[in-house]
Amino acid sequence: MYQWHFDIVWSYRWLFLNGTAITVGLTISVVFLGLLVGLVAGIAQLSHSAAARWSSWLYIEMFRLTPLLVLLLWVYYALPIMTGIKLDALTSAVMTLTLYGGSFYAEIIRAGIVSIDRGQSEAGLALGMPPGSVMRRIVLPQAIKRMIPPLMNQSIIQFKNTSLVSVLAVPDLLYQGQLVAMETYRALEVYTMIAIIYFIVLLPLTVVVKRAENHLAQSN
Amino acid sequence: MTPKIEISGLRKSFGALTVLRDINLHVEPGQVVALIGPSGSGKSTLLRCINLLVMPNSGHIRVGSDSFSFGPGSKPPAVMQQARFRSSTGMVFQHFNLFPHMTVLQNVMEGPVSVKKMPKAQAVSLAQALLAKVGLSDKVNVFPTTLSGGQKQRVAIARALAMEPEVMLFDEATSALDPELVGEVLGVIRKLAAEGMTMIIVTHEISFAREVADRVLFMRDGLIVEQGPAREVIGNPKEEATKVFLSHFHTRG
Repeated sequence: MYQWHFDIVWSYRWLFLNGTAITVGLTISVVFLGLLVGLVAGIAQLSHSAAARWSSWLYIEMFRLTPLLVLLLWVYYALPIMTGIKLDALTSAVMTLTLYGGSFYAEIIRAGIVSIDRGQSEAGLALGMPPGSVMRRIVLPQAIKRMIPPLMNQSIIQFKNTSLVSVLAVPDLLYQGQLVAMETYRALEVYTMIAIIYFIVLLPLTVVVKRAENHLAQSN
Repeated sequence: MTPKIEISGLRKSFGALTVLRDINLHVEPGQVVALIGPSGSGKSTLLRCINLLVMPNSGHIRVGSDSFSFGPGSKPPAVMQQARFRSSTGMVFQHFNLFPHMTVLQNVMEGPVSVKKMPKAQAVSLAQALLAKVGLSDKVNVFPTTLSGGQKQRVAIARALAMEPEVMLFDEATSALDPELVGEVLGVIRKLAAEGMTMIIVTHEISFAREVADRVLFMRDGLIVEQGPAREVIGNPKEEATKVFLSHFHTRG
């Protein structure tokens, strides 16, 4: 019978806390940057310019259809050999996660925009608004409301995705845990603790998503 | 008198489907023209060409002092030029298309504020005056979802009027309304006609067309088949197609 020793986890609590902070900080930055990239790529999908449509399509599918772990390794190890540009682990991680998340956000944003009735943009155009103002003042304010629940879901997935950066030795929660496990030979306690931390951080977020969904259902 | 609206040789097709064949039309200032005809005859497309929501394949359009040519050898108007042109033509849609995220007042203010850069306070009093005109002073601060169809359409008319357009285009403005709500919208249109607004009205309300319109145009298969004073075209049509179309309305009472 295995003897659980969670007191070991407690003695490394600062490492866990530090790892959690890095994971949260990493998530916040890649969610923010990913939304910007996703907004641009999502709107480019609806552009009149074929070049904009094709290049955003290529970007979206390239990142959506490749495993994140492969992308992380490729950007960190293969990209420097191909281009001569050597990025440190954290920069590679942030860049890859941003582009990966952005490709999913782009699809959510595109779908949200096209879900708004064409009559809305026609009414804006008929008033004499240029297409840019129609998007900013009429379409996006309505579309964003519909996008919020799927964007939050995608961000929850993105939070968990950050655990993969441990393969590049970025000191996130999982990486710090691995160090503790190696030092103490208490892998079971450590990974149990890591799972619990991810769960505890995300639980309140899922409640917020549920609320947003209910609110949306009511306002429609 | 120079016509307010002049259209010549207008053609439009969507892929293999030709919707407008050769439309020639002029509307004098202050004149009310009713466009009638069966579904698919091109009435709505013609109306949408007049404010460039649909780009014609060829022909000329002039509204007031703005004129555009389409077809080989002529460049379609640039995006900003289109926008400026549309700001002087008011359009009212079948399904109202009010902005659901704005209050009634904000809907009416949106054009003047975002297009004309009118100061907020001035836009508020303009919007309030227009909402009073369409009989909705008590609905200023509600959201469109709480309104009836007739009320929504009256807000939409106020929203279009807020741009102080040279002409008003009505695209089946009463077709989506319950019968008992049609009257209040027609009442507003009637009032605009009396004030001398130049208007083109696509409608299925034949008796309204006879009463309010100076001229009636009957369209079929992308052509204007018959046109003339309202009483003549509706009361005493010459073309067989017009007679057949109007007979449906007479039998319905």
